[in-house]
Amino acid sequence: MIELLRLEFFQLALVAALLVGLCAPAVGTFVVQRKLSLLGDGIGHVALTGVALGFLTSTEPVVTAVIVAVAGAVAIELVRARGRTSGDVALALLFYGGIAGGVMLMAVAPGGANGKLTSYLFGAIASVKPQDIWIIGGLAVAVIGVVAVFGRELFVLCQDEDLAKASGLPVRLLSLVLAVTAALTVVIAMRVVGLLLVSALMVIPVATSQQLTRGFRSTMVLSMGLGVLAAVGGLLVSTASPKIPPGASIVLLGLAGYVLALGIGRFVRGARPREST
Amino acid sequence: MTGAQVVLDGRAVLRGTDLAVTPGEVVAVTGANGSGKSTLVRALLGLVPLTAGQTLLYGSPPARFRQWHRVGYVPQRLAVGGGVPATVSEIVTSGRVARQRRLRRTSAADREAVARALRAVDLFDRAGDPVQSLSGGQQQRVLIARALAGEPDVFVMDEPMAGVDAESQRLLAGTLAALAEEGRTVVLVLHESGPLAPVLTRRVVVRDGRAEDADGVAGAAAIGRSGEGAEGGIVDELSGRPGENAGNGQALTPVRGRP
Repeated sequence: MIELLRLEFFQLALVAALLVGLCAPAVGTFVVQRKLSLLGDGIGHVALTGVALGFLTSTEPVVTAVIVAVAGAVAIELVRARGRTSGDVALALLFYGGIAGGVMLMAVAPGGANGKLTSYLFGAIASVKPQDIWIIGGLAVAVIGVVAVFGRELFVLCQDEDLAKASGLPVRLLSLVLAVTAALTVVIAMRVVGLLLVSALMVIPVATSQQLTRGFRSTMVLSMGLGVLAAVGGLLVSTASPKIPPGASIVLLGLAGYVLALGIGRFVRGARPREST
Repeated sequence: MTGAQVVLDGRAVLRGTDLAVTPGEVVAVTGANGSGKSTLVRALLGLVPLTAGQTLLYGSPPARFRQWHRVGYVPQRLAVGGGVPATVSEIVTSGRVARQRRLRRTSAADREAVARALRAVDLFDRAGDPVQSLSGGQQQRVLIARALAGEPDVFVMDEPMAGVDAESQRLLAGTLAALAEEGRTVVLVLHESGPLAPVLTRRVVVRDGRAEDADGVAGAAAIGRSGEGAEGGIVDELSGRPGENAGNGQALTPVRGRP
């Protein structure tokens, strides 16, 4: 462990894992409460096109991914806000387009082989470069900043949209803020767990901690802790046996934690006096 | 509210409803199931877009209304959302959001108001419990406490008595009586007046998508005031000229909502 810490690639990977572990569940708490658990997945699909665009234009893929993911998130939110039934299909179409577009652009990009895509789909935390950390760190600050500044209003929005309106909150702006923040989170997490598993890190820690907590704030704080644990734990597992992609080990660790919490939660709640509902 | 029309899923729920509420009134909105009582009060606040007509809150349409801290909305039931737990005090504190500034922390005044609201509904000792663990009646009291915490001038309550046990009903009646005494305005959807009857100053029946005074006076115009000034006080201005403001109504930005 101590030796590992001297290795630059491990230091970078550790920082990335920490940031992702903190940010994803913080945003995830709002996303889950707003019943948008699949939003992260959707943005992840769309972000793939962004990554491929980066290769195609020889720009940093993280940068193009941010741009496309944010655009995708705004589009998703607009469709959602407008939509009833047709919105669902429209979103699905957007997701397919995102994946297919990514694969297609990647194939024609100079020096872009679809093999490289795998590292974005499932994460390649060991290949995180110093400039990635700057971008990831910047995004992480933005995400935590949004949660700190808008947290109270987002809580009301996610709890009860009607109440948010009847309190005079800028509901549309807040929905967009949440969607864009989710998009930034997706890009942060992309290098660590991969686009296909991004939303797992937004949802699993929240699902886990809500088994154990009583309040919204405590759920968020605990889920951020659990997110860090899962991300760093998964990183260690994958460093110990490099065959396992970190994305998979992080998510599986998280799921194991969920099952454990489910059991503990049952036990704790069983000990409490029952309420009539 | 003037000539308000609301169409939900292709069905006209409100067809030219007029309703005016003056400060200090305690108005019960009654009517058969599905008559549009809830839609009426939700439309008052701009939560449901109007297809015609308009609604004014203290003289402004909801889209341009800025004094939301004067309004306390109590929905029919607690929204569960995605199942993330929230404590009673977190929910009640959220009633303060219209009074709070971004970047400003929760102040002592906020905490004071929340504590007062919790005591008013007799849930102070449950502040730290998750709302999900409360009974239906207790959850209803949480919602009312949330509105109380915002210290509004007017309360809009959607069936605060539905599924509430007798004890909670008595408590709510007491709370409402206290509000009425303070001169607050209350508009509430009720299935039956029950213990609230003595507190009410007026009853309105929603029938065929129109609001009528309980005595059967059509159009409810009779109980409005003759004054039509847009200036303060009136929650929803009634002019008694249905349809006349239809053009105006379309100028309102409909707020998107899901019924």
